[in-house]
Amino acid sequence: MKNEEKKQNHNQEICHLNPDSEIFFRIRAFFRTQHSPADFVFRTILLFSGIMLFLLILSIFCSLIINSMPSIKAFGLKFFTGTVWDPVFEQFGALPFVAGTLLTSFIAIIITIPFSIAISIYLGEFSKSGAYSGLLKNSIDLLAGVPSVVYGFFGIFVIVPAVRYIQIRFNIAPYGVGILTASIVLSVMIIPFAASLGREIIEMIPSEIKQAAYALGSTRYEVVRHVIFPYAKSGLIAGILLALGRAIGETMAVTMVIGNSNMMPKTIFAPANTMASIIANEFTEAVSNLHLSSLIEIGVVLFIVTTIISIAGKIIIRKFAVHIS
Amino acid sequence: MENELLIVQNFYAGFGRCNILKDINFTVYQNKITAIMGPSGCGKTTMIRCINRMHEFSPGATYSGKILLHGEDIYSMNPILVRRKIGMVFQRPNPFPTMSIYDNVISGFILNGIKLQKQEKDKIVINSLKKVGLWEEVKDSLHRRGTFLSGGQQQRLCIARALAMNPDVILLDEPTSSLDPKSTLMIEKLLEELKQTTTIIIVTHNTAQAARISDYVAFLYLGELIEYGATKKIFTAPEHKKTEEYLTGKFS
Repeated sequence: MKNEEKKQNHNQEICHLNPDSEIFFRIRAFFRTQHSPADFVFRTILLFSGIMLFLLILSIFCSLIINSMPSIKAFGLKFFTGTVWDPVFEQFGALPFVAGTLLTSFIAIIITIPFSIAISIYLGEFSKSGAYSGLLKNSIDLLAGVPSVVYGFFGIFVIVPAVRYIQIRFNIAPYGVGILTASIVLSVMIIPFAASLGREIIEMIPSEIKQAAYALGSTRYEVVRHVIFPYAKSGLIAGILLALGRAIGETMAVTMVIGNSNMMPKTIFAPANTMASIIANEFTEAVSNLHLSSLIEIGVVLFIVTTIISIAGKIIIRKFAVHIS
Repeated sequence: MENELLIVQNFYAGFGRCNILKDINFTVYQNKITAIMGPSGCGKTTMIRCINRMHEFSPGATYSGKILLHGEDIYSMNPILVRRKIGMVFQRPNPFPTMSIYDNVISGFILNGIKLQKQEKDKIVINSLKKVGLWEEVKDSLHRRGTFLSGGQQQRLCIARALAMNPDVILLDEPTSSLDPKSTLMIEKLLEELKQTTTIIIVTHNTAQAARISDYVAFLYLGELIEYGATKKIFTAPEHKKTEEYLTGKFS
């Protein structure tokens, strides 16, 4: 009986409150619509900032296209198939740099995949809290924030001697710098990025599904392999794709360790140049118009490729989030 | 003749310093439905999770005492084998979303890496789905995702998944709490058929459900087993005052 009385009282209280709160909400809503001049100004500022950003992207793209026109006109599609890059004779073919970018990014991704997936499974499923995983999480954030010049130094002082040692062992010209070195430095740079994305995705998997698997008598490995991995697969791929976007565009650290050769790379030990590193290396020295505009055309390609990759990655992640909810 | 299948002896469980279950003792009989009822937060779910050792997955889980299955303490057995012998169905239907209906039924075998012949698989899938009355409804869409089914169908799929492993006991943790009355009735009917071949322990906060389907009832209150006995007896002549108050709706 007492409970019922309490309930009735409670209902009455709600009834009393309701009209008041409704007026309150109406007043607030009035100030929130365009009727208020302050609100109008505020909204306009926000909208303007948004439009500015969009215009910025558009103008970057347009200025790149306009400035690369001389090279586009001079070489056309041959620009991407030519293997000779000779500023003296004004012969510009970008294939060595396209190959350099593809090779370094590809090898970096190959190195990244096992590490990033292992770290994300460890942090997302095996050890969600605790001192060690806290340390690991913080290290990942720290690594993601290190400036790329510093990674370049790390490459020069650690990776280059290590690669040189391997080259001496296998009787290869011991440059030390080259595609493999750049790939290793790149992978060190993108592992934290891919791993923290992967961890977030694995943490999103509903615990009910994992519980169901454990209740059927699975071991942790079996749950990871048959439940978590198939579930998170698309998300993990997207994380790696976004990391790939970073690897393709990465400039400073790569320029420091890739060896800066404009020749077509023949082995993974050969010094080379990526699209980003050739721009960084030659932009200040480019005197002729055609040289400059060829470099800018490489910039256009870089812009388009990284945009496509990051959009694709984001679409996959969004699909994954919808799939989960 | 009633065979004792599962005996809970002096069982305590909790999280960290907080004790949830205190000195629980009861016996589950073979081919019977045992209901565990009680108000929210009384430890029903913890109790059932202790029976297949799922409780250990919760951080800070503690336990002591014995639970004997066929006379052997499950806490001295390999937990993975325990979970294969004691199946579980959860509050909310949770078929594996990356697997087809077919794969969901045999997911216990897939997960445990047990390789089966195609014919064996088919047999298990057909039998299990027929047992839960889902065969006629899904026989043409066995290779569609399990998540396409309705809530009630998904829950029956989860029961089929547990049955496929041919367990000694099936634990159901409020299996109908997220379902509509029609699906609830269907699952209750199904459980009564299933007890011919297996033993069922069901957690419910719905006393009417306990009265409808169970043979034995355990009433838990604040982590203590207040009363345990045949359903008829408990619902007609409860010994304990608390039980009577709960059954008459004095508190819930």
